[in-house]
Amino acid sequence: MDWVWTHLDLISGETLAHIGLSVPPIVIGLLVSIPLGYWASRSAVARSVLLTVGNILYTIPALALVVLVPVVLGLSLLNPLNVVAALTIYAVAIMVRSAADAFASVSADVRESATAQGYSASQRFFRVELPLAGPVLLAGVRVVSVSTISLVTIGALVGIPSLGSFFTDGFQRAFPLEVAVGFVLVLVLAAVFDVVLTLLGWALLPWNRGARLTASAARVLSQPQPSSAGVP
Amino acid sequence: MAIEFRHVSKTFPDGTTAVEDFSLTIPSHETTVFVGSSGCGKTTLLRMINRMVDPSSGSILIDGQDISGIPPVGLRRSIGYVMQNSGLLPHRTVADNVATVPMLTGVPKRKAREDALALLDRVGLDRGLAKRYPAQLSGGQQQRVGVARGLAVDPNILLMDEPFCAVDPIVRDELQQELLRLQGTLGKTVVFVTHDIDEAFLLGNQVVILQRGGRVAQVGTPKQILADPANEFVADFIGAKRGKRRLTAEVAASGDDVLLVDAAGYAAGVITAPGGRLELAAAGTGPKSRSVSNKTDQAGDA
Repeated sequence: MDWVWTHLDLISGETLAHIGLSVPPIVIGLLVSIPLGYWASRSAVARSVLLTVGNILYTIPALALVVLVPVVLGLSLLNPLNVVAALTIYAVAIMVRSAADAFASVSADVRESATAQGYSASQRFFRVELPLAGPVLLAGVRVVSVSTISLVTIGALVGIPSLGSFFTDGFQRAFPLEVAVGFVLVLVLAAVFDVVLTLLGWALLPWNRGARLTASAARVLSQPQPSSAGVP
Repeated sequence: MAIEFRHVSKTFPDGTTAVEDFSLTIPSHETTVFVGSSGCGKTTLLRMINRMVDPSSGSILIDGQDISGIPPVGLRRSIGYVMQNSGLLPHRTVADNVATVPMLTGVPKRKAREDALALLDRVGLDRGLAKRYPAQLSGGQQQRVGVARGLAVDPNILLMDEPFCAVDPIVRDELQQELLRLQGTLGKTVVFVTHDIDEAFLLGNQVVILQRGGRVAQVGTPKQILADPANEFVADFIGAKRGKRRLTAEVAASGDDVLLVDAAGYAAGVITAPGGRLELAAAGTGPKSRSVSNKTDQAGDA
């Protein structure tokens, strides 16, 4: 364990680098997927095309993508943007399906009622459809977050520092402790991101708070929850 | 706020004709009910009034103004709309749901919230429900919030698309009475769509019975239609043919009441008959006064 205490600077530096490489693909992936997913939820053709493209992109091996991206973008091989760009592609590939499902989950009744009340198309999107798509979008982002944090380690193979550097370095030096440190920290980071996202969801989607509670409570009690509200 | 349909037709892109050459004048400050089976175009007609659906041909006028020239979003904000499954926004509280349209039209948040609370009182809801989310309310309460939301901008016209058909018969009865009470004080131009002829007769000043393709089978007051069905279709639709409305006084119930049975022999209600004699009310004593209580009939239709 001495190695850990003598290398705290290195460990914290690689952890920060790892976070720095993970956050942009998650955020950009979400932002790009929202319009694509909305389009996919509106048109069956768009849905099948977008989901097929997403599936194909996801089958490209990660290492190949990390090597291909700098060639395509004309960046130097050691530029961290390569990893960000490659992981953004994966994030979008995963997230488009979630986003399409998220917008499809908004009830037609509610959409129609918002229109009938006099919401304009953009007001309806930002004030009704986007918030109501929130819970499913959040579920998608949680998957993307875990996947991105684990995939960032691939960058170490082409010399872009992250917690993955402990894998490559540890293997080369036949030093299992270093590999274990990298492994544990990746898991911890993924867990921390997941907790943060869940808390964000709790704060941003207040109407959704009771939903899971009621569902699990109902399962446990295996009887319908009595309505706390009196019959009018 | 009279609404006028002039030779309105609607053919959807898939080729189905929902409405064909429909003309009707809907008088102000009264309730007009479109009633008919599914596929008769009643909802399409309703949605043409706030431009959720635009006619393929013909025109619709509100107070003489052709609405095809009015931008739909603004038009919809000036017309109340209540729909079947309340259509409340699940992510907004009850108060916010009621306040939402006034806020879209620029009413300050604080005032819109205060007005929303007053509207909850008006539709018979406890103010304590204001901070709840729609999913935490019963079906009947949700429908009341839906009505409050429809009234929030104090519209002259209120469109109601089968608003009470998804609640149980007892709650429906309460909601119908509440609507009659509200309409008695507010005097809106209400256009109400239902497939339930009893509801149509109860709520409507003017009842429009529709056949397939939005063809008008008969227009009239409930009395006119009951007393003189225009054709076989209407007679069948209002139940005259099945004898549901052909009542016979049968045996004495308790006291001065006589039991009324329909042609099939089911008890339909009771009527007061002092000393065994029926007293006929003079014609025209209030459009809604009824000596026959046909609760069992309504419940059976639900």
